[in-house]
Amino acid sequence: MRDLPDFTAETDAHGAVTLALTGRLLVSRVGALDHALRGISEKVARIDLAGVTAIDTVGAWIVWRLADQHTAEITGASQQAGRLIDAVGAPHQNAPITRPRPSTIIRVTESTGALIVALGQGTLGVVGFMGAMLVSGWDCIRHPSHFRMTALVRQMELVGVNSLAIIGMMSFLVGIVIAQQGAAQLQQFGAQIYTVNLTGRLAMRELGILMTAIMVAGRSGSAFAAQIGTMKLTEEIDAMRTIGVSPMQALVLPRVLAAVLMMPLLGFFAALTAIIGGAVISSFTLGIPFITFLQRIRDVVPLTDLWVGLIKGPVFGLIVAVTGCYQGMQVSGNSEEVGLRTTMAVVQAIFAVIVLDAFFAVFFTKVGWS
Amino acid sequence: MNASSPATNREEHADDTAPIVIAGLRTGFGEHVVHDGLDLTVRRGEILGVVGGSGTGKSVLMRAIIGLQAPLAGRIEVFGQSIDDAHADSEIDIRSRWGVLFQGGALFSTLTVAENIQVPLKEFYKAIGLELLDEIARFKVALSGLPGHVAAAYPSELSGGMRKRAGLARALALDPELLFLDEPTAGLDPISAAAFDRLIGELQGTLGLTVFLITHDLDTLYAICDRVAVLADKKVIAVGTIAELMESKHPWIQEYFNGPRGRAAHASAQVTNA
Repeated sequence: MRDLPDFTAETDAHGAVTLALTGRLLVSRVGALDHALRGISEKVARIDLAGVTAIDTVGAWIVWRLADQHTAEITGASQQAGRLIDAVGAPHQNAPITRPRPSTIIRVTESTGALIVALGQGTLGVVGFMGAMLVSGWDCIRHPSHFRMTALVRQMELVGVNSLAIIGMMSFLVGIVIAQQGAAQLQQFGAQIYTVNLTGRLAMRELGILMTAIMVAGRSGSAFAAQIGTMKLTEEIDAMRTIGVSPMQALVLPRVLAAVLMMPLLGFFAALTAIIGGAVISSFTLGIPFITFLQRIRDVVPLTDLWVGLIKGPVFGLIVAVTGCYQGMQVSGNSEEVGLRTTMAVVQAIFAVIVLDAFFAVFFTKVGWS
Repeated sequence: MNASSPATNREEHADDTAPIVIAGLRTGFGEHVVHDGLDLTVRRGEILGVVGGSGTGKSVLMRAIIGLQAPLAGRIEVFGQSIDDAHADSEIDIRSRWGVLFQGGALFSTLTVAENIQVPLKEFYKAIGLELLDEIARFKVALSGLPGHVAAAYPSELSGGMRKRAGLARALALDPELLFLDEPTAGLDPISAAAFDRLIGELQGTLGLTVFLITHDLDTLYAICDRVAVLADKKVIAVGTIAELMESKHPWIQEYFNGPRGRAAHASAQVTNA
């Protein structure tokens, strides 16, 4: 049994309506009563609370609102009810509690405009960020004591050494897939031996470095954004500035440099493991001995392929690290922003890496390194 | 009365039992023991101030009472019901009868102040219509002494003092009988702190709350607390009115109330009362 609060309306000889509320006017029970009271169309002159056995602020609010709406008189209120009604009614204000929501047309045009402005500001911001980085880099060259060697080594460990296992595993498997799938197609021409060319050149030129860049963006770029973003939220970055430590030198430069230095090494490592993966699967399914596969690599992969991979490495590293650090520095407001910026850092870094990779592919072919 | 209903029934519980009874409480983290053999009873309708040096476990005690920190031994009863063996249903029942204001406000940062206040209401009472929800949010904001436009603001847009008041508004959303306040005036300027003290005093008087108040602020103790519990040596070493505590021989209590800050607060309290 749940005795919900209820009301009865009585009309006296002069046509004045008295509304008698009964039961417990508590937040846990007033839902239905509130609906019913909103539906009253006739004018209420008096609200009788004599039958109310318990009341809290929500009940008091409903009574106050009803009285205010009908300019009715409240009678029979207990001392506690009177106090509560006074308390909730006294500071009454009609300010909107939600923000005004403009029409769809305005919102669409507004968000399009905001997007374009953000794009422009984002470009400007990144350019400015690169500039600030170059300035603090120049400062480090002039005053080598400002350079954070320990931080750099630590970041090199985090970005490079700690990701060796996962990158090795990934590349090995990719090497297996390329060799196996390539062989299946080449077999139709009786040209399985070209599996070596396919695996070797693809791994050295493209896949090693591209897969590594994607992995580093996911592993380290996101970490940079989240770390720096959290430090921004907890005012650690502001504290650094006031102490006289440049966040650029202490946080950004070591991370960017670490990524720039480690990326070609990781890319080369990835290419090697991919080739080994290809060699392993070839020795099993194609009957090409492991050692023969590796010897063939020397003959069919030109040295320029190695250079292509190694030149792309630092550029990709720079993009991934700068995007991560830049997005981290843009965090402001609440914790939700950290997640948002981290996602943006990864997405933008991977997108930029792939766009640039396409550019590099055309460029190197044009200069004759095909 | 439907036993599985989460709704509270004030009259059924409106007995004279103390809202909080703690006996032989022992809490700790690994090797580190915070409380050992702690006893405390909070009476209905009082404002109990909890004081103690830093690291004496004031916040841990509060977390233990509201069930966020499992006790190693001892018994904690809230509204005559043990916290740890409460069934899922009855636990909800208790939680709808208390409100908690955490130190930093702990407002949900992705929701506006009004939405923050509506979270517990929506969680417990689905029957409340949207219009009434908005009205409740609006008058709770006003009741906490905040200007109306704050309701539409996000916590990150508010000052520290406003965030505390917004947190209080959320703690009061369900019209609780028991209110936990963790250092409500910490980090506020003296004028805001005094205003916050007055607000708590007024709300307590109007709504008939029982308040468990952790504080470092001597002025708060003098202004609104009925009794004060002193935490030291892993126990509650004394509970009583300030006058009673000042008689105590314990060195920490002596130092606390008779130190320069204690005397200043005492003097200003006497001036205000005169």
